[in-house]
Amino acid sequence: MLVRYAAVGRSRAVRRRNFRTRHTSYRPVHRYPYLKCLAVVPAYNEQASIARVIGTIREHAPGFDVLVVDDGSTDATHERAEATGARVLRLPYNLGIGGAVQAGFTYALEHGYDRMAQVDGDGQHDPHQLDRLMATMAADPSIDVVCGSRFLTHDYRYPAPISRRTGIHIFAFILSRIMRQRVSDPTSGFRLYNANAIALFARDYPHDYPEVEAVLMVHHHRLRMVEVPVRMFVRNGGVSSISSGKSAYYMVKVLLALFVGLARRRPVPEPGDIAPVAAEQGI
Amino acid sequence: METRIQVVAIVAAVALLLIVLELVRRRRLMERYALLWLFSATVILALAIWQDALNEIAQLMGIISAPNALFFVAVGFILLLLLHFSAAMSRLSDQSKVLAQRQAILEQRVRELESGAPLPVEASHQHREPTFARR
Repeated sequence: MLVRYAAVGRSRAVRRRNFRTRHTSYRPVHRYPYLKCLAVVPAYNEQASIARVIGTIREHAPGFDVLVVDDGSTDATHERAEATGARVLRLPYNLGIGGAVQAGFTYALEHGYDRMAQVDGDGQHDPHQLDRLMATMAADPSIDVVCGSRFLTHDYRYPAPISRRTGIHIFAFILSRIMRQRVSDPTSGFRLYNANAIALFARDYPHDYPEVEAVLMVHHHRLRMVEVPVRMFVRNGGVSSISSGKSAYYMVKVLLALFVGLARRRPVPEPGDIAPVAAEQGI
Repeated sequence: METRIQVVAIVAAVALLLIVLELVRRRRLMERYALLWLFSATVILALAIWQDALNEIAQLMGIISAPNALFFVAVGFILLLLLHFSAAMSRLSDQSKVLAQRQAILEQRVRELESGAPLPVEASHQHREPTFARR
């Protein structure tokens, strides 16, 4: 009996060691100690998953400070986030994902962060892969935005309904034509930004469903974006911000934003110009 | 144009003018938003009184009945006002968004200061050169 247990225990240890050696490329250490990095976690009623998301970021991306942006949640999201010791911005009312993430950009700009990553509070992004985004950006200093794409890998199928995938591919097609560069997943929010991109988006970030428009802004401002393949999980808890009823609105709204955005010669004012809408006095 | 409808149009335009002016007087309506209202009411009033101009406009636009031209102009102003309000609303929602973001950032800052936790360095003021890369 005892012998059998010992044998089982040893084989488990061996298996675990093998698992470790197969993943030598990944070590949970902060490899960029000279960079100030911020992980922004926008969360709207994500009390079920927020603590785990923060824990995973801490575990797998220890160099990142965690900033949760509680987008006017009505549940215990901010209590659970604060309990983990993360910094929490509590928006007084729901601004939508764009406004929440922009609060993160503003925070990152004002606190002098060199890198900002967006990791959604619903657990669909895998903080494990922040390392890959960081490595991509470190390899080429001309890159301003690294975007995690679900569609660059063939070994993993993103389990989204066909309608949503079709929509994503339509945006991807249009943006690829505009940018003359392959864009496979423009709706992915799992992105890493450098200081240039942080400064741009703190100044102006699209309101709702911002990801696709943000790609266009990156292009207009002659910043460089690359995609890296990532895995994403099906969300585990909470409700997606895009229900099926809203997807038609989503499609039309983003398409309008894309084509109107194309017609803007200077999409965003430079410092010293008149503000786009916000601070303008007229009307 | 028949006299009765002319009287109705004049009374309506004058009432609108007076209501707008009264709202501005009571500070219920900002001058900024009142201007377009006053302008539309004045134009409608002018056209209601000045028959020849209205007939001229109706003829130019191919409208047989002159009162319809008046309605057409009024509807045009209503659309203009609605668009004006949509633009104002966009501006307000953008402003309130910025306000909410600033408020949340300040609130976080206050909580941090009150808790006595170590404050993050304002690196925007003191740029750190990369010292070493451990890769």
